[in-house]
Amino acid sequence: MSLATPIARVRGLGSAKEGVAHFKQVRVTSIASVFLTLWFVWSAVGLSGAGYAEVTAWLGSTLNATLMLLFIGVNFWHAQLGVQTIVEDYVHHKLIKTVSLIALAFATYGLGAASAIAVLKVALTG
Amino acid sequence: MSASRPKPLSPHLQIFRWPLSMALSIGHRITGAGLAAGLLLLTWWLVALATGPGAFAVVDGVVDSWLGGLVLFGFTVAAFLHLGNGIRHLVWDFGYGFDLETTKRSGQAVIAFTVVATALTWLAILVA
Repeated sequence: MSLATPIARVRGLGSAKEGVAHFKQVRVTSIASVFLTLWFVWSAVGLSGAGYAEVTAWLGSTLNATLMLLFIGVNFWHAQLGVQTIVEDYVHHKLIKTVSLIALAFATYGLGAASAIAVLKVALTG
Repeated sequence: MSASRPKPLSPHLQIFRWPLSMALSIGHRITGAGLAAGLLLLTWWLVALATGPGAFAVVDGVVDSWLGGLVLFGFTVAAFLHLGNGIRHLVWDFGYGFDLETTKRSGQAVIAFTVVATALTWLAILVA
């Protein structure tokens, strides 16, 4: 049982009961993604035509591995938040919407984890 | 009162003029969804790299084909459009640039940035 008054419990939370958390997460991940995406495009241009050994060596650098992990985390998170908004806008059937959002979370976290493990494997074992 | 008489309908989407702001808003959402799907390609590339030279060669073969190149070109356009228009949205979020003339000019700037950035990126890829 909460000792907070009813007005204190709802203030700032809005009808969805989670406040502006989603809104802020979209914005902060987007700011991070601007820098990480420019780095990624720059790197991809440099790696065009590169073979397995060159790409592995590139990802073996601590800086590149760190930025790649951040690129993965930020963009999978931003993608989940963005596609969630699209689903909520167009899917109105409660059950289908819930199942879609769970599937979206599974897909983004699963693929994000697989990508991160792949980076770590290349970076740590060469 | 005839039941079969068609009811008057309000104008449908396809007869509206397409102002730049509307096109960019729809484009922002479409490129966002496309880029989210493009993360599949990123995962495939990284997992193949971790698997070994054989798996990496398969990805390389697909990416190096003309169809793969076309897809990558599409992702480049989508990434720069979403990035440029995303910054436009961030400026709006801070409360600036809402008047009609400014939204029109910032929209044109997003288009110009997308074209120039995509051209420079692919020039660097094809020349280098």
